Amino acid sequence: MENKTIAAISTAQGEGGIGVIRISGDDAPIIADKVFNNINGKKLCDMKGYTAAFGNVFQNGEKLDEAVALVFREPNSYTGENVVELSCHGGIYITKQVLRAVIEAGAAPAQAGEFTKRAFLNGKIDLTEAESVMDIISAKSKSAARAAMYVKEGALRKRVNSVKNDLLTLTAHLSAWADYPEEDIADVDDDMILSVCNKAEKELSNMLSTYDSGQAVKQGIDTVIAGRPNVGKSTLMNLLSGYEKSIVTDIPGTTRDIVEDTVIAGNVILRLSDTAGLRSTNDKVERIGVDRAKKRLEQCGLLLAVFDYSRELTQDDLDLLEASENVPSIAIINKKELDAQLDISKIKSKISNIIYISAITGDGRDELVQKIEEIAGTQNLNPSDGILANERQRSNVSNALNSVIEAKSALNMGMTYDAVTVSLEDAISELLEMTGEKTSDEVIDRVFHNFCVGK
Amino acid sequence: MNYFAGEYDVAVIGAGHAGIEAALASARLGCKTAVFTINMDAVGNCPCNPSIGGTAKGHLVREIDALGGEMGKTADECFLQSRMLNRGKGPAVHSLRAQIDRRKYSDTMKHKLELQENLELRQAEITDIEKVDGGYKITTQMLAEYKCKAVIIATGTFLGGKIYVGEVSYESGPDGMFPATKFAESLKKLGLPLRRFKTGTPARVLRRSIDFSDLEVQKGDEPPQPFSYETESLGENKVDCHISWTNDATKQVILENIHRSPMYSGKIEGVGPRYCPSFEDKIMRFRDKPRHQLFIEPCGENTEEMYLQGMSSSLPEEVQLKFYKTIKGLENCVIMRPAYAIEYDCVDPTAMNPTLEFKDLPNLFGAGQFNGSSGYEEAAAQGFVAGVNAALKVLGKEPLVLTRSNSYIGTLIDDLVTKGANEPYRMMTSRSEYRLVLRQDNADERLTPVGYEIGLISEQRYQKFLQRQEMKKAEINRLKNTSIAPNDELNEILVSRETAPLATGIREYTLLKRPQLNYSIIKKFDENAPNLPNDIVEQIEVEIKYEGYIQKQLKQVEQVKKLESKALPSDFDYKEITGLRLEAQEKLNKIKPLNIGQASRISGVSPADISVLLIWLATKKGN
Repeated sequence: MENKTIAAISTAQGEGGIGVIRISGDDAPIIADKVFNNINGKKLCDMKGYTAAFGNVFQNGEKLDEAVALVFREPNSYTGENVVELSCHGGIYITKQVLRAVIEAGAAPAQAGEFTKRAFLNGKIDLTEAESVMDIISAKSKSAARAAMYVKEGALRKRVNSVKNDLLTLTAHLSAWADYPEEDIADVDDDMILSVCNKAEKELSNMLSTYDSGQAVKQGIDTVIAGRPNVGKSTLMNLLSGYEKSIVTDIPGTTRDIVEDTVIAGNVILRLSDTAGLRSTNDKVERIGVDRAKKRLEQCGLLLAVFDYSRELTQDDLDLLEASENVPSIAIINKKELDAQLDISKIKSKISNIIYISAITGDGRDELVQKIEEIAGTQNLNPSDGILANERQRSNVSNALNSVIEAKSALNMGMTYDAVTVSLEDAISELLEMTGEKTSDEVIDRVFHNFCVGK
Repeated sequence: MNYFAGEYDVAVIGAGHAGIEAALASARLGCKTAVFTINMDAVGNCPCNPSIGGTAKGHLVREIDALGGEMGKTADECFLQSRMLNRGKGPAVHSLRAQIDRRKYSDTMKHKLELQENLELRQAEITDIEKVDGGYKITTQMLAEYKCKAVIIATGTFLGGKIYVGEVSYESGPDGMFPATKFAESLKKLGLPLRRFKTGTPARVLRRSIDFSDLEVQKGDEPPQPFSYETESLGENKVDCHISWTNDATKQVILENIHRSPMYSGKIEGVGPRYCPSFEDKIMRFRDKPRHQLFIEPCGENTEEMYLQGMSSSLPEEVQLKFYKTIKGLENCVIMRPAYAIEYDCVDPTAMNPTLEFKDLPNLFGAGQFNGSSGYEEAAAQGFVAGVNAALKVLGKEPLVLTRSNSYIGTLIDDLVTKGANEPYRMMTSRSEYRLVLRQDNADERLTPVGYEIGLISEQRYQKFLQRQEMKKAEINRLKNTSIAPNDELNEILVSRETAPLATGIREYTLLKRPQLNYSIIKKFDENAPNLPNDIVEQIEVEIKYEGYIQKQLKQVEQVKKLESKALPSDFDYKEITGLRLEAQEKLNKIKPLNIGQASRISGVSPADISVLLIWLATKKGN
């Protein structure tokens, strides 16, 4: 199968000291030679794998940057193809220029995840690995990187294997019992099947329930900070941003009245937006802003409603309380260092999560972070538990869970064990598929391992 | 001096369970067929257990019968005792097993071969096979040469057979027959990948030397069920079997003498099956198990030989006697034939297509133990398929490929030719992913139309089959459209069976779905219910009660069929697809799967490789 040679910037843009352009495909060295001049004159085409050269990158005869070229020969590269990596001094502009030069020299721009896809198609990595690599690429926080790392290193695999192992042992027992009816194999009974099913059900449900919080870790939660002007929203944003070095992505193209920022609170990524007030107005233009803010608020995953401890509640505040009813909310009572004027009972009647802070001094920040983690369900989330990385894994676990539940209900209905076994096998094959293994003779191998059967 | 002795369309080498079905199928399809046996008294011999069927094997026998094979009918004719195993464990795992009279079985099969039109049964050891124009030339040890368009190898344990009993070993076929000593060399020259497998059998002991007084008796079902859809009734069970147990003293004898086992001293190189372990294997592998069960089964009506199921061994004769005598009932036993292990040549089945024809040797087929399987029923199933396909090939017709989704036979063959066999292969219900669909009760529904299409099911039998299908369908429809009203008597029954009483009327179909109820209850309260044969009632109950599962498996079958419709070329070098991992390239080149479905079942071909294959197929189509 002939593969086009592809290229892309493989370091995160705008980060770090160097920018790496990765070129992969049969013609990678040929294309790289067109833009790269080795100081010692040797062509990249003539170089062996795992070698490096120092030189300059040119475009249309004009020197763009100094660069180090790393040469990898198929199949000994990340993608399993010929690969050249050009490491430049970086800076987004230069890196992009170098990429453009490489593309003009004959490479096709790589699609998102295409390197990993090729690595996968070339058998360099398995499906779970491929998926977690893709997740590492897009991981936006330390915690996400760590969780993704654990999938690759087997935390998730271990967790899945433990369930799979229990189900296999039970199924092997059922199979031995059915295939060797005249051997003295211990009888299987409902209790035995139920106890394995219950355990599997619990563990699979747990894995599913951490999926959403796992997503909160990896993808972030859409969070709205709302409150009337001068209540301390910006200070709060800074407080959260400064808590840990934030990975900030300015998302262009959003409207002026919604400022976006990505911050890390504990192990949760918050995609923050600061909205315009919710005040009812007759002004047409302002109305559009308010409507947009309302919509944003309705759709958010978390509302941080900020109130001023030193002032009485205004109509704006009451509107905000009204709007908070249908979304997970935290009432943040700012300026707690000042004298109380606020009628806290009104807030309590609408929002049960109340945190007092002083955005200026940073007091109460830890409590806030803890509360956010609690609401995101991540406070007990241990990345080393192995978190489901994506929808495919989630669907495998969910199907396996359904099969286990089906087995249980068949049992409760009084169905025979051959039917129950079929559901258990379905669950096993889902879990095998999840870790990229294939269903073959696991059950039979287990039968012979665990039971003394045969004439 | 060699002499030319004749020509055949199809020659079958070996007249064991595989050879018999192969020869009969080929002759019945109109091909001039010869079947060669090393010993005329060894046709259809049962050198191991005197029984046919058992878990999953019973399915195979029913399937062979549904297709028009002979094993089920002959087993019925020779039956001594019959039991439906696994009653109560669910319809998918119900399996019929019959104790048979082994001499009678052999004689009956031999006679059927003799009477079969187009078929010649000959005693001869085949010593050579050579590829010639238009087929193969085979030579006997009497130097007769036959020219054959197609050849089926069904040599069983005769090929290069070598028997081991403790320190004693000698070249031999089973049951003291001559082995086929020269043929293996000739097959190797032809390029067949041969290897050594091992199996074994327990001793036969004299009936009157056994004390049955304290042993548990195992009786047959009353009334016993036949295998064949053509057998009306079996009559009564003729014998009992008995059960005994080994004990600590038995174990001690084994442990003290294990060094004298050829398996443990390293004399035997062949690979033995895990599911048919010698007794010393059981002791060594499961040391904590305090006792092991054995069955004492009569070998026939006119013999005093008793088979000790579970007690196969390759220990020296004196040790065998010593450990048998520790067992209750066998304290004074007299061994008539000692237990032995036998090592033999067989082929790597991945060299064959699912038609059982060798990929690199057109018109050459393999069947039975030669293909790496174990068991009479597994052998017969392959023999049937090989015989049919050899004949169809000679007749210039499309081959028969049974699938995992329509039969245990298809599953057996797919496993052999796709995954290969690292040990003698035994059929088990756990090997079928579609076992709620592939039941022994519906073998006719699945396969009789196939047998009819091939031409091995008579018009008369086919019409009878269609009538039965119609009866079943009509009654299921009637149950769907008939309601039953609540009444005290019915509700009393429902409550006594721990299921909810009726408050309002309910469709009979819906009521019958309850696992606690059966058709006879419906019948009691519905005077319009017809009188149906028991097996049809059983099928109706299963289809209604397991409807959800059956539908689900049928859906899976459909999905797999999609993958199986994506055909792969047979003359293609997978090394050209660079996206495949090296292991996958090699495995695919070796197996040459017919389609993506089969490719996906090859060990060493990962899901990623399948994606690559799918992409490759798609781009190929695109071009």
